[in-house]
Amino acid sequence: MFDTEMLIIGGGPAGLKAALSAAEQGADVLLVDRNPYLGGQLVKQTHMFFGSQKQYASERGVTIAEILTREVLNSDKICVLTDTTALGYFEDKSVALEIKGTFKTVYPKRVIVATGAQENTLIFPNSDLPGIYGAGAVQTLMNVHGVMPGARVAMVGAGNIGVIVSYQLLQAGVEVVAIIEAAPRIGGYHVHAAKVRRLGVPIYIAHTVVEAHGRESLEGITIACLDEKWQPVKGTEIELEIDVLCISVGLSPLTELLFQAGCKMEYVPQLGGHVPYRSENLETTVAGIYVAGDVCAVEEASAAMVAGQIAGLAAAGSLGYKQNNYEAKLKDAKNELAGLRRGPAGEKVRSGLWALTIAAGEAV
Amino acid sequence: MQEQTGIPSVDHILSTIPPKKRLAKGPVAVVECFQEIPCDPCYTSCTTGAILPFEDINQLPRIDWETCNGCGRCVGFCPGLAIFIVDDTYSENESLVKIPWEFSCLPEEGEEVAGLNREGREVARVRIKKVQPSPKKNRAHILWLVVPRELAFEVRSIALKQGKQVDRGRKICLKTQLSADVKTLR
Ligand code: SF4
Ligand code: SF4
Repeated sequence: MFDTEMLIIGGGPAGLKAALSAAEQGADVLLVDRNPYLGGQLVKQTHMFFGSQKQYASERGVTIAEILTREVLNSDKICVLTDTTALGYFEDKSVALEIKGTFKTVYPKRVIVATGAQENTLIFPNSDLPGIYGAGAVQTLMNVHGVMPGARVAMVGAGNIGVIVSYQLLQAGVEVVAIIEAAPRIGGYHVHAAKVRRLGVPIYIAHTVVEAHGRESLEGITIACLDEKWQPVKGTEIELEIDVLCISVGLSPLTELLFQAGCKMEYVPQLGGHVPYRSENLETTVAGIYVAGDVCAVEEASAAMVAGQIAGLAAAGSLGYKQNNYEAKLKDAKNELAGLRRGPAGEKVRSGLWALTIAAGEAV
Repeated sequence: MQEQTGIPSVDHILSTIPPKKRLAKGPVAVVECFQEIPCDPCYTSCTTGAILPFEDINQLPRIDWETCNGCGRCVGFCPGLAIFIVDDTYSENESLVKIPWEFSCLPEEGEEVAGLNREGREVARVRIKKVQPSPKKNRAHILWLVVPRELAFEVRSIALKQGKQVDRGRKICLKTQLSADVKTLR
């Protein structure tokens, strides 16, 4: 058992930024991540990021992971534990950690939950055949372990992740035969879609996977057009011969710890699923528990980084650490986050957020 | 239109074409970014002020063709790979089109390859004039393509080299992997 001023759970873009922002104000931080490395999903992102210069626009995600990891390791205020899983949050406000097989209890004064999100899956006949992966899994195979997932791939989902992973597959030398999207429009940024289109990858909107075929592993799929009621239209079936199918149909926040802690939650589809009520400072309804990143709203990594800054600053401030231009930094970060969400691309998140925001100090 | 196909509409493309008078003066940037997204490196990377200031990060980029000198810096910084340089003065019948290229299979200078349009269809054979490292210094490149003049606003890619047989599970060489020291961190 040990004490820490601030425990940050999750070392992705939100958690890293939260740790750096809190440490900069003077707080002592314990940052834990269940992976053997920091960076979360950033380490798999080989494409250049959007956003503003402040949020490392034009840098590749993997480069941002390196920059932030180095900063965290260089800070004497931040202690890092990798290969460490937060198992549970208890009534006495303790958090159970499993650190490389050993069990420890920690009593933090503040907790920032930055656990991220997990991939959604899709059910169709034979959807359990080997060769059918989540898009994130394929990214891990290719971009972390350097393993080719297959030779001919189809992608389900034309959101940003689906389109970007398709592009990364092309970069790895894999043939991408199609991107299949159930909605009647491409959800990802159009400039991303244009990148794969001009390399000849067709995008089938209003289409779905009817079934997969294969004996031992995936050999092909049947896709079909969807009508306005999202029902497959007979006679529109297309057969695709592939050995890998990537599923990229959205993410769901990883909120178990928040439920356990008794945070008030709400199901908000625009934000990805069950998400916590939170104040402008990103404090939940349980005093001392803050959130940042995909766990509270599935959106871009640039937004997760700014949210991490807000949560880190606010949590440090609530402990009395306000040594480094605190008020101005907090205000800037809030403005920046609002700015990132202001355009049409942020509409979905904005529409989901308004009902969830609680007044500062409402936490109990 | 682009929302359905990924391909920009004709009207959008027409709006990116600088006036003849400007094209006659030499290289110029062509910005094919038509959706409001939170992004502004085109503006922050341009050193001449040709990309006009953003009042809001979600705004569409606006370019002043007279100020743009066609240097190509923004091409390397645009994460959407949506900026191209067109030099309509290259030769009587040919234009130079510079495109961002993030593939490790690089064409050779002098090589003739398939020039693709925005749908990925081959529309011409194009000659590789130069393979230039990206000004962003991030392992990407800018390819200088010599294209038939009438296709300067049509050719936007080259064909990927038809891959050798790929085997599932084969190890691939990653230029983008994390540095060893960060990755093995404990
Ligand atoms: S080509 Fe050079 S001058 Fe023109 S917009 Fe791009 S960076 Fe600016
Ligand atoms: S940098 Fe590229 S993608 Fe971003 S706004 Fe400018 S042109 Fe569009």
